[in-house]
Amino acid sequence: MVETTYLQAITDAMREELQRDSRVFLLGEDIGIYGGAFKVTKGLIEEFGEERVMDTPISEAAIIGVAVGAALTGMRPIAEMQFADFITSGFSQLVTNAATLHYRYGTAVPMVVRAPSGGGIHGGAFHSKNPEAWFVHQPGLKVVAPATARDAKGLLKSAVRDDNPVLFFENKFLYRRIKEEIDPAAEILVPLGVANTVRRGDTVAIITYGAMVHASLEAATELAAEGIESEILDLRSLQPLDVDAILQAVARTNRVVIVHEANLTCGMGGEIAALISEHAFELLDAPIKRVAGLDTPTPYAPVMEEYWRPNAEKIAQAAREVARF
Amino acid sequence: MCAINADISPELKVKLYTIMLKTRRTEERIIALYRQGRIVGGVYAGRGVEGTTVGAGLALEAQDWLFPIHRDLGAHLAKGQSVLNILLQYLGRGTSLSRGKDSGIHCSDPRLNIVGNVSHLGHMIPVAVGTAIGMRMQGHAIVTLNFIGEGGSNIGDFHEGLNFAAVQKAPFVLVIENNQYAYSTPTHKGFSARHLSDRADGYGIPGHHIDGTDALQVYATVKEAIERARAGAGPSLIECLSFRMVGHSAHDDAFYVDKKQMKAYEKKDPIARLEHLLLKEGVLDAPALAAIDGAIAQEIEEATRTALESPLPEADWAAEGLYAE
Repeated sequence: MVETTYLQAITDAMREELQRDSRVFLLGEDIGIYGGAFKVTKGLIEEFGEERVMDTPISEAAIIGVAVGAALTGMRPIAEMQFADFITSGFSQLVTNAATLHYRYGTAVPMVVRAPSGGGIHGGAFHSKNPEAWFVHQPGLKVVAPATARDAKGLLKSAVRDDNPVLFFENKFLYRRIKEEIDPAAEILVPLGVANTVRRGDTVAIITYGAMVHASLEAATELAAEGIESEILDLRSLQPLDVDAILQAVARTNRVVIVHEANLTCGMGGEIAALISEHAFELLDAPIKRVAGLDTPTPYAPVMEEYWRPNAEKIAQAAREVARF
Repeated sequence: MCAINADISPELKVKLYTIMLKTRRTEERIIALYRQGRIVGGVYAGRGVEGTTVGAGLALEAQDWLFPIHRDLGAHLAKGQSVLNILLQYLGRGTSLSRGKDSGIHCSDPRLNIVGNVSHLGHMIPVAVGTAIGMRMQGHAIVTLNFIGEGGSNIGDFHEGLNFAAVQKAPFVLVIENNQYAYSTPTHKGFSARHLSDRADGYGIPGHHIDGTDALQVYATVKEAIERARAGAGPSLIECLSFRMVGHSAHDDAFYVDKKQMKAYEKKDPIARLEHLLLKEGVLDAPALAAIDGAIAQEIEEATRTALESPLPEADWAAEGLYAE
């Protein structure tokens, strides 16, 4: 077993897939000799060469578009957005090209776009974004957002082997903050579309993903001291979404808080609340609460960013209100 | 011109002429079916640009990739697509290439390495570059040919895609069909460069500005660029000047087009030009020309009958095929 950070787990996943399958290659800005802005691709150009670890111009539309084209020929590209925020510059390549090709012509587009997302690092409005809901809204894409090192590794390896375009929202707040023991010899594959219950409890279900899994666990410790036992469901995958796991968590607790770092309006929380309302309305003992980022750009100054971002305290407060309803 | 003419065999001239005429006759049938209310979606004719679309399309080898745009029926037919498949697609039949899911000329055909366009025309350029790179990575000596209009050449993905191709020395050829109108917008409102091919200098690649109504010149220039790309010398940009002799689409009477300019270009009709040459050189005589037209008419008649008799898709196919399994 090796103590592995969330970041190292992503690097290991790419190395293993590059070794396993000659069709896999990486492309992105500064991913070669520099090893990527966050050093996620460090060492890979030395091992696999500059054709398979391709430094590109600052051209997000071309990076994603070239990945789509290469995927059409049978390659399995992993494109890196330097920050998830910059994915807007390649938006049409995802929603117009990647997402529609199989529906229109039955042609597979096996590609991954890695997008370091999330705030808490004082990145301001353009280095903190959580844009996952835009892409969940576009039929034809798959979207994952791992919260742990093991899931980051296992979901990325599954994403590379999937025959569809997968957006991999890795949370950069977690890169070096979390680590766990991983057996480097074990083949870790986490299937897309399967949520994970990371804490059992019967008072309230906290449904979340990404960095907010950790804030929710922190809140749960606080709540347990007050006699409120939280069940925490880490969705891991947003498209496909594990609706059964969501409904089971509702059935066990009858009270729900949905947490995401992305801003509130038209976020994943709205969709999950609608699904619960449609399929499990009679199981609810309290209104569903959502804890999310403010509906503004992410502010820079730490005091404002902390106010903007969901945290354990805000999650605990919402859970108390739901528990006492 | 004389040198080009001498290099092109009589058989190839006849082939160019036949496919150009078949393109025009097929479009005439498509417009008739549209006026009858049988084709319900948009119809974008390439009258006047056949010299470019067929001339360039025939320069490809069977294994090469083609990315045509909405006015490029000639390129589809030159690459080997059947009139029947085109009509099935326009008529939204269940047996069409997209099984009724996509409209008109957006025809992809994996068997022929044709990727049909999305309506955001310039957004195909990075994808086309990606196929060129993807095939090269797999060791194939394949070239991708992509068309764009002078209007579409102003979108950002044109720059990103062509720059990426140039940096990567991708086996890629981009043909700009400058037909002088982007919907209703004349060229002087679209760009201020002397020629669009001058942009090639900015990418460090060869640029050519040629007469797009001369199918022989188009064929020879594109052929040379394709073989240069195949040999590993990188991409080329070829601007073919022609004139759109119809409205943007079948609902547009082109009232805004300069009538004098239209008159002048009628004398440069690419089909009439080549017909004149074939007669002058004695390659074909009047009865031979009539026989070609007759054979085309019969093929279109049979294809129309078959297409109209072909089944419509089932309504619930709308929910199928979003993801590759």
